[in-house]
Amino acid sequence: MANATDVAETNAPARKLPVEANIFLVLIGIAVFFEILGWIVKGDTFLFNPQRLLIMVLQVSIIGLLAIGVTQVIITGGIDLSSGSVLALSAMVAASFAQTSDYTRAVFPMFTDMPFLVPVLAGIAVGALAGFINGSLIAYTAIPPFIATLGMMVTARGLARYYTKGQPISLLSEEYMWLGSGTIPVIIFLMAAFIFHIALRFTRYGKFTYATGANVQAAKVSGINVGRHLIKVYTLAGLLAGLGGVVAAARAGSGQAGMGLAYELDAIAAAVIGGTSLAGGVGRITGTVIGTIILGTMMSGFTFLGIDAYIQDIVKGGIIVAAVVADQYRQRKRAKV
Amino acid sequence: MSLSTQEAVRENKGAAAPQKYLLEVDSVRKEFPGVVALDDVNLRIRPGTVHALMGENGAGKSTLMKIIAGIYQPDRGEVRLSGKQVHMTTPLDALEQGVAMIHQELNLMPFMTIAENIWIRREPLTKLGFVDHKALRDNTKKLFDRLNINLDPETEVRDLSIANRQMVEIAKAISYESDVLIMDEPTSALTDREVEHLFQIIASLKAEGKGIVYITHKMDEVFEIADDVSVFRDGKYIGTDLASNLDSDQLIRMMVGREITQMFPKEEVPIGDVVLSVKDLCLDGVFENVNFDLRAGEILGVAGLVGSGRTNVAETIYGVTPATGGSISVFGETVEIKTPAEAMGHGMALLTEDRKDTGLFMMLDIQENMQIALLSQDHVKAGFVAESAVSKLCTEMSEALRVKTPGMNERIENLSGGNQQKVLIGRWLLTKPRILILDEPTRGIDVGAKAEIHKLITKLAGEGVAVLMISSEMPEVLGMSDRVMVMHEGHVTGILDRAEADQVSVMRLASN
Repeated sequence: MANATDVAETNAPARKLPVEANIFLVLIGIAVFFEILGWIVKGDTFLFNPQRLLIMVLQVSIIGLLAIGVTQVIITGGIDLSSGSVLALSAMVAASFAQTSDYTRAVFPMFTDMPFLVPVLAGIAVGALAGFINGSLIAYTAIPPFIATLGMMVTARGLARYYTKGQPISLLSEEYMWLGSGTIPVIIFLMAAFIFHIALRFTRYGKFTYATGANVQAAKVSGINVGRHLIKVYTLAGLLAGLGGVVAAARAGSGQAGMGLAYELDAIAAAVIGGTSLAGGVGRITGTVIGTIILGTMMSGFTFLGIDAYIQDIVKGGIIVAAVVADQYRQRKRAKV
Repeated sequence: MSLSTQEAVRENKGAAAPQKYLLEVDSVRKEFPGVVALDDVNLRIRPGTVHALMGENGAGKSTLMKIIAGIYQPDRGEVRLSGKQVHMTTPLDALEQGVAMIHQELNLMPFMTIAENIWIRREPLTKLGFVDHKALRDNTKKLFDRLNINLDPETEVRDLSIANRQMVEIAKAISYESDVLIMDEPTSALTDREVEHLFQIIASLKAEGKGIVYITHKMDEVFEIADDVSVFRDGKYIGTDLASNLDSDQLIRMMVGREITQMFPKEEVPIGDVVLSVKDLCLDGVFENVNFDLRAGEILGVAGLVGSGRTNVAETIYGVTPATGGSISVFGETVEIKTPAEAMGHGMALLTEDRKDTGLFMMLDIQENMQIALLSQDHVKAGFVAESAVSKLCTEMSEALRVKTPGMNERIENLSGGNQQKVLIGRWLLTKPRILILDEPTRGIDVGAKAEIHKLITKLAGEGVAVLMISSEMPEVLGMSDRVMVMHEGHVTGILDRAEADQVSVMRLASN
């Protein structure tokens, strides 16, 4: 008890640096690590290759969209396990409205050659609906988010498969596939990140999100309709998963029921590596973006060095655990104060 | 009472054979950040007696029991069992050294059977190392026969009533065959019949020469079963006497007999119209038929022991737990309040009892903590928070309340309790409440901050705010209130005017 104040004092200056700074340093460290290994092993640069830098972010843009959603969910003290499956369902629905009439076995022959916005909105709407169901279950039946979204994870994957009895949906319109071309997914990811960064920092929605996660009882007493707010947060997370599905189908040129398998875990990993606390109340989109890019950098780096994909997973697992250990450590240090 | 007894006790410590007592506590001191919970406290438990501990909320009884049961360690002083000094660092230690405690909270595992609960960690084993369920059942049966408890040892605890669970707790504590048995308000969950049963059990334990430490708020129980009574007040040991030497008036006076030296800045302010009127308010199973009027400028204090339903009344008025009966009118209009948001819409604010659990957002900063209630009402355009205006309001409020902090973006967990409380009060003042409900507004904060908060409450009343103030601190209630409402076990037992309210009259209504 006597050294409580000491702890507080030593803690205070450390907190002046935003959490993101630490994570950014980790990102730099990983990049430099691969740069050095690149010169040693392959005699080539890792970083100074624009094409590779683009791919680093491009390949995780869709995971990044899910991560933006799940970050907000985790800040409220919840979890979303359904985003990968919701992505697949949204991709299927979007693709089914994006087929060209050249294709004789379209899912909806009467809905071919639709304007570009129709599949986009259909995919997003399906995602938002799934999120709305998650949120309503959590708010009104009081089942834990883990269970509600686990149910949605299984159900949405099943629906995605059932939609075409497992057949992929291909021959999509040029217009629609533009969404997945070149740097467009990266732009969509960064725009979504920007919008939700602003939303969390400067809107009432954001303030209520942090308050709900920081202390749900206090939030209720302060006049926040916590149930309604949770529905909003989960719906937005679903919407982002839907957008992820739209982009994924456009990028692949088809909708496939197996898309986004285990993406929800990568998304959670990106959020956690980015400093979002599973205890709720803490987390930022900037951190999540960096966390996402860390995942992308590791994938690129391992590929660049020609390291086995299996080993990539082994290391990724280690990084995720290390990030959570660091989070727990921060929590415990706080608890002592 | 009797300095003489106290001296006699002291003398015994030095001269007579120390084995005379089962348990001796000597000059024990325990501090928590900002509070001295126990200040040089003594206790002597004779074998074969029931020793009642009495005192108001916060007198230090529970802290002392937790020290004896190994949950807390004393900062100073010593504890002796049968004359031997002991250091108990865990509850397990205490059990092994002969001190068992029956907790107020129930600590049983609902999905295990009665027998498994009682013998947990001490299960009889078969030769192969499996739990010997037959022996487990037989041992329990034997124990229950001895205690005259009629329950099937194989029943799962979740199927038992609260009262029966309490009996299982008691049996479990007795099964350790400890010399000293601590009972912390054991009858609060029991019906009269079971209380009678418990008293029989206590009598037989006494006959076996055990010492029973019995914490209670109920006067009649003390005079029915206690041999010795020790009184505590504000963390201090007041004295010990034989129960037969005391009557309830003397006891109450010992419990409350402090001088009110703290100054309270109570001012007479014009009392206005009734702003809040509560009629026959009920919450099933918690409180019944609460009636009172609260006027503009008035401070209505609410006294009563913890668990008397004070906090529940506040939470019901404020919509945290909507009422199951009765009516609430605000400014003469009957209103239905089902959520805190609705209560806020009627100009109410509630400063909750437990800062940590229901008040603070620990990981957020001062402004984020202060602005939250305001944001659900105002200063938001198209979803965006009017940051500069809100920030200015919060900074001004923080200065007005003299919150000591390096800046508004300091995390609230780095502030002292008093400053945290000021931030929470600021949260509500920003909403300009007409009815301010304060539940333990100065609990666990230092004297300076306390005085500032008292001054602030008086000032608010002067501005016409109607204040409902729940407090366990008698001087605070008496010093600040225009009237004092006293609750006991879910009922209002009286509303006293400032002139007729004193420590004895309030305590009498509170303990009935």
